[in-house]
Amino acid sequence: MDTFIVGLIAATLRVATPLIYGTLGELYSERSGVLNLGIEGTMFFGAFVGFAAADATGSLWLGVLAALLGGMLAGLLMAFFSVRLGVNQHVSGLGITLLLTAVSLFFFRLIYGEPRIPPSIRSFDQLQPFGNLPIIGPITTQYALTYISFLIIPLAWWVLYRTNVGLNIRAVGENPEAADAAGVNVYRVRSYALMIGGGLMAVGGAFLSLAQLGAFTYGIIAGRGWVCIALIIFANWQPAKVLWGALLFGGVFALQLRLQSTGLNLPYETFLALPYVVTIIALAIAGRNATGPAAVLKAYKRE
Amino acid sequence: MNAIEMKSITKRFGPLVANDHIDFDLQKGEIHALLGENGAGKTTLMRILYGLYHADSGQILVDGSPVHITSPKDAIGWGIGMVSQHFTLVSPLTVAENVVLGYNKGYIYRPQEVIQNVTKAANQFGIDVEPSAIIRHLSVGERQRVEILKALYHNAKVLIMDEPTAVLVPQEVDILFQTLERLRKDGLSVIFISHKLYEVMTICDRITVLRDGKKIGTVLKNDTSERELARMMVGRETFGVYRQGEQKAGNPLLRIENITAVDKKGLTALKNVSLNVYEGEVLGIAGVSGNGQSELTQVLSGTLKPASGKIFIGDKEITNASPSEITRAGVGRIPEDRHAGVVGELTVAENLALESIEKFTRRSTLDKRLILKNAEQLISEYQIKARPTDPIRTLSGGNMQKVILARALSPEPRVVIASQPTRGLDVGATEYVRTKLLEQRNRGAAVLLLSEDLEEVMSLSDRIAVIYEGQIVGIVPGTEATEEQLGLMMTGARQEVKQHG
Ligand SMILES: Nc1ncnc2c1ncn2[C@@H]1O[C@H](COP(=O)(O)OP(=O)(O)O)[C@@H](O)[C@H]1O
Ligand SMILES: [Mg+2]
Repeated sequence: MDTFIVGLIAATLRVATPLIYGTLGELYSERSGVLNLGIEGTMFFGAFVGFAAADATGSLWLGVLAALLGGMLAGLLMAFFSVRLGVNQHVSGLGITLLLTAVSLFFFRLIYGEPRIPPSIRSFDQLQPFGNLPIIGPITTQYALTYISFLIIPLAWWVLYRTNVGLNIRAVGENPEAADAAGVNVYRVRSYALMIGGGLMAVGGAFLSLAQLGAFTYGIIAGRGWVCIALIIFANWQPAKVLWGALLFGGVFALQLRLQSTGLNLPYETFLALPYVVTIIALAIAGRNATGPAAVLKAYKRE
Repeated sequence: MNAIEMKSITKRFGPLVANDHIDFDLQKGEIHALLGENGAGKTTLMRILYGLYHADSGQILVDGSPVHITSPKDAIGWGIGMVSQHFTLVSPLTVAENVVLGYNKGYIYRPQEVIQNVTKAANQFGIDVEPSAIIRHLSVGERQRVEILKALYHNAKVLIMDEPTAVLVPQEVDILFQTLERLRKDGLSVIFISHKLYEVMTICDRITVLRDGKKIGTVLKNDTSERELARMMVGRETFGVYRQGEQKAGNPLLRIENITAVDKKGLTALKNVSLNVYEGEVLGIAGVSGNGQSELTQVLSGTLKPASGKIFIGDKEITNASPSEITRAGVGRIPEDRHAGVVGELTVAENLALESIEKFTRRSTLDKRLILKNAEQLISEYQIKARPTDPIRTLSGGNMQKVILARALSPEPRVVIASQPTRGLDVGATEYVRTKLLEQRNRGAAVLLLSEDLEEVMSLSDRIAVIYEGQIVGIVPGTEATEEQLGLMMTGARQEVKQHG
């Protein structure tokens, strides 16, 4: 197979990785009945916290752990506003995104000042389970976090459909009144789901700063959080379909990078827009009959 | 010993006292009715017992010892189960998942095991449901059985049923009553909420009557009568409402000429229907549901175009006119489905202004003050228990119907079309609606009444037309009609006779 295709596949998996984390994070949130528009900010926060922690401790995995914990905290904050206080989910989500973006930038300035080139660290090495075998070798040369992202897709299915926590998450996302009447603590279940979700989103952000880039930049997330919001509709809120959505976007993204370097005489913005355009089209087709969890956007309040 | 004792329970919602020092006790193994009109406070009292509301004051005893119930979980722990008016089931989940929800032990959820357990419980309690079915696919009666099974699965010794028969067809009511009888023999105590007298007299041992948040009394079924219960419930004897006085001979205000119409499925729903409704009369249309009544009201409302035929209001032809043109021609409508007749999220005042919005428009903007003034006036005139600014969806069925009445009748329309105007209403509200319709007749309007309630048609109508399979099979004067004769015509009998004779 020619190196173009092999390179494309390998890049697709890399680009898809943060989207898988983000979309699965959003999946947990929305299946519990909360649209978390804090995703963009949470990913940014994860990218920063992960970077700063790894930089300070010298351990990349401690960076990932810090991002995970930071993201869970962000989820808890979202839960406090949207679940506990019942603030409109659009408002609290966007508020969290603004807040976490500002907080990250604030501490970034505090720690790193205003450097002309973004600070960098030695990023994760890629795993090479098949060494230099042709085709399979380069395709499987990926970061550990990418491998993990592919494992947490079936894990998400298992959690939702084969654990009691998952049963509760699905119940509160569809009919919180019914779940409450059955003795399920709606606030607690939603808070858990938002914390799991926030943690995953933040790890998705940390993947960018600790693996893909090895650096922290202001535009590091570049709207990936919003892409995840679209992908979840594409995936019809099913864990397995998250994979297809992320691969589709990742594939087109990787493709446009390669097209840019073929010297086609088009403004490069055209290429940049391509994955987003494809996402919109795919969404328009796949999302027509999509129905989300019934309780999304509705704050639950016991009378 | 009493299974449950509630002592001096008081619950306020703002200024409204929904429960005013109510005492209630439930003996072991009895079916105890909680009877009262809509808004009497029945649901509130039971939601307190089930931990969904918290009483402002009062005490609850289970098996003689005082308990604190702050959540449904507590209530379930004390052996109390509740089947709400609006079912609390998660519709994309299975029956079994709904039954175990909140009570599944451990971390891992094993679908097969849960289905087995629930199947066993269903067999043990004799409740006929399929544990692996998805709730969304079940009928209302089946869903109710799931709710009962859910309560029993959690070891309920006391089962609260909030107006369980309101949503059921008669056959399902029979099944429910049999189930409750059997469970009672096994030692279950049941609180049965209702506002239907004959049901209460059929199934219950004792009856507690609430009115306006107060307890009126508790009586033994064997010591009371429907009449006494009705008096306790509404605070006076109910004599019913009947048309009185002869109808003055007048002009036809509504003329329907040879209307034929096709329903959504493409079937002929109305065949050559011709009717005149005269000023100062109620023309009742009796018939089994689904024989063209809905289509007739739709044609008369302008929401369904007839295939042929003509309709006149006075001299003005309104065939194919839009709903608002028909309103302006002098038609007031009381729609079949009152929830579809209002906009739930809008306020009472806005809903009252909805059909004549141009009256409330000043220079292209709505005059809020005028809308509020109009609402305040109608609220007091029609005795609606609500504030102008309440969203209409928060109103009880009776009050919602009063809003619709006020909106339809306040412009004094020449023609009134009322479909199922009292369906689902309690005694007091029903009486009110019927009185209002007769008022229209007496001021000279032509009233077309479509109802499946034969007693209603007979007590209000000057003439009764019977509809069967989209055709008017006969018209009889209200003074001569008998229930038997109408019943026969409603099954199409008159037609047969005609054909043979
Ligand atoms: N959550 C609530 N908030 C405000 N008012 C309420 C609420 N629940 C019930 N009410 C009012 O309390 C009164 C009693 O209602 P309810 O107990 O539902 O009556 P019932 O079940 O006998 O029809 C009604 O006037 C109703 O409008
Ligand atoms: Mg009620």
